[in-house]
Amino acid sequence: MQIQQNIRQKLEQTFTPLHIEVENESHMHNVPEGSESHFRVLLVSTQFEGKPLVQRHRAVNSTLSEELKGQVHALALHTMTPEEWFAKGGSVPESPPCLGGGKS
Amino acid sequence: MDVLDRIKEQVENNPVIIYMKGTPQFPQCGFSSRAAAALQDCGAKFAYVNVLADPEIFENLPRFADWPTFPQVYVDGELIGGCDITLEMHSSGDLHKAVAEAAKKWPAEESEG
Repeated sequence: MQIQQNIRQKLEQTFTPLHIEVENESHMHNVPEGSESHFRVLLVSTQFEGKPLVQRHRAVNSTLSEELKGQVHALALHTMTPEEWFAKGGSVPESPPCLGGGKS
Repeated sequence: MDVLDRIKEQVENNPVIIYMKGTPQFPQCGFSSRAAAALQDCGAKFAYVNVLADPEIFENLPRFADWPTFPQVYVDGELIGGCDITLEMHSSGDLHKAVAEAAKKWPAEESEG
């Protein structure tokens, strides 16, 4: 749970989100039980207003650079402004299943 | 050739290129699979590099565009993003537009696949 908590804490500090979800999806992948390798993050923040998706993802990636260099292997990212979040009625697509390719 | 130069050349010489795990026909990662399928749905020809088959690119692509994960999709020489952005652009119609715009700049016979 440690990595999941770190991710949540760092994102909360950086983006002061209106809504945040950090889900450990590692069980969907070919990794040992209890791994913290695959995550899905939903982040709703006013800081994303006026920024293209690529910039929003860069901001998240750099906030989590330490985690991404370490154990975190996949990070599914959904970054929205509050307006976009309400317009979507609060749903995001599910992450795909693993197809077996490893890290190297 | 230096690996970063090699990547630069690939990105600049193809209107659309995806760096993915596996190939569009035999993807080896769910995220790569979805991103490649979105590109295929756009109908234009695109290039791909299987990063699992090229360890040098696998190791160095993240620092090329300061983007830590795979897949990576480049349109008209620019990183548009990874799987999630590609899919969001696909559902909004922006991916089709961007791919079509890029294709216009490269006559079909000159594009590399």
